[in-house]
Amino acid sequence: MQEIFNIFIKSIFIDNMVFAYFLGMCSYLAVSKTVDTSFGLGLAVTFVLGITVPVDYLLNEYVLKAGALAWLDPEFADVDLSFLSFILFIAIIASMVQLVEMVVEKFSPALYASLGIFLPLIAVNCAILGGSLFMQERDYQSLAQATSFGLGSGVGFFLAIVGIAAIREKIRYSNVPPALRRLGITFIITGLMGIAFMSFLGIKL
Amino acid sequence: MNVKKKEHEPLFSAKNLKLLKDPLSINNPITVQVLGICSALAVTAKLKPAIVMSISVMVVLAASNVVISLLRNGIPPRIRIIVQLVVIATMVILVDQVLKAFVYDISKQLSVFVGLIITNCIIMGRLEAFAMGNKPWPAFLDGIGNSLGYGIILIIVAFFRELFGSGTILGLQIVPKGFYDFGYENNGLMILPPMALITVGVIIWVQRNRNKELIEER
Repeated sequence: MQEIFNIFIKSIFIDNMVFAYFLGMCSYLAVSKTVDTSFGLGLAVTFVLGITVPVDYLLNEYVLKAGALAWLDPEFADVDLSFLSFILFIAIIASMVQLVEMVVEKFSPALYASLGIFLPLIAVNCAILGGSLFMQERDYQSLAQATSFGLGSGVGFFLAIVGIAAIREKIRYSNVPPALRRLGITFIITGLMGIAFMSFLGIKL
Repeated sequence: MNVKKKEHEPLFSAKNLKLLKDPLSINNPITVQVLGICSALAVTAKLKPAIVMSISVMVVLAASNVVISLLRNGIPPRIRIIVQLVVIATMVILVDQVLKAFVYDISKQLSVFVGLIITNCIIMGRLEAFAMGNKPWPAFLDGIGNSLGYGIILIIVAFFRELFGSGTILGLQIVPKGFYDFGYENNGLMILPPMALITVGVIIWVQRNRNKELIEER
């Protein structure tokens, strides 16, 4: 239980998707103009990561890993399908996003209205595929660990994008050098936020 | 120009050359189109992985541009995203297997970022914006041009980070021993992730100062 909580905290602060690995940068830069929209995107990313990482974990555990097909037939014990993982992960993500979009539209129109436009964008967000690939690389031991990693990474992304959006709303009123306006200054602020987040490296979990 | 082949456009006409040259400066995928930042920053702590990454992106982008451009009239518009993803993912798997076979240690350093070429926005963006509406040869040039523009930023960032962070270029010691005797030290901050962002910020600053038309409104 404690291990699961540790993974959650670690993936939010120490291994933050945006600041430590630069994942999801494209949408992070494009959608962080106002706090409202970035709030919506952050929620959608957390939601989708919380679903796709466990599903990809099951896929990896029971289909792709070396010897994972042994449950089907002992003959398959030395089959290694891990080279297929990229294409299957992205297929799972694309179909999951589609599915989530339909379910949300059916059962919670209010949530759909706020997430709606962001959901299709998410299929090609590097943070989502990155979450699954890191899950595969770090070899989590149980479904619960993978889920808490997925949710934690999502919350980390959420914190980062809402933070930068709040700063960008303020910085609109300051006198930035013309050549640095918007894009340049956003990069530099993100770098500074990353340095601030590095102070969490001292936490021993 | 060749008179006999007048109806054919020459392979390297002005229009085609523009496809190659524009992404290098005024239409750079990273600093102007803001695409593909994710993988660009993570692999630039050392020059060698950055070069390998640029070459991988070039292969994937050029190949999938050509494939999509050949298929462009047969792809139903509703499912084009899935078709594009499948083509890209296939190319990336090929590149990944080649890297694992021939440069295993660099492939380990690049870790998940080879896989993340799939969701690199440059590739989707170019397929969607260019390859879906153009013939294979211009699409190939567009792919090469854009990945060169991407690679050039990667290499500049990696050059400065490796020079100041470790005092080496491609693993060779560049900063002379004597400097260290006088108390020069490598700047450990340059190796850390946040400095990649700040370096790109500075590159954008320099580029926009030279190209005034790129400056954005507030």
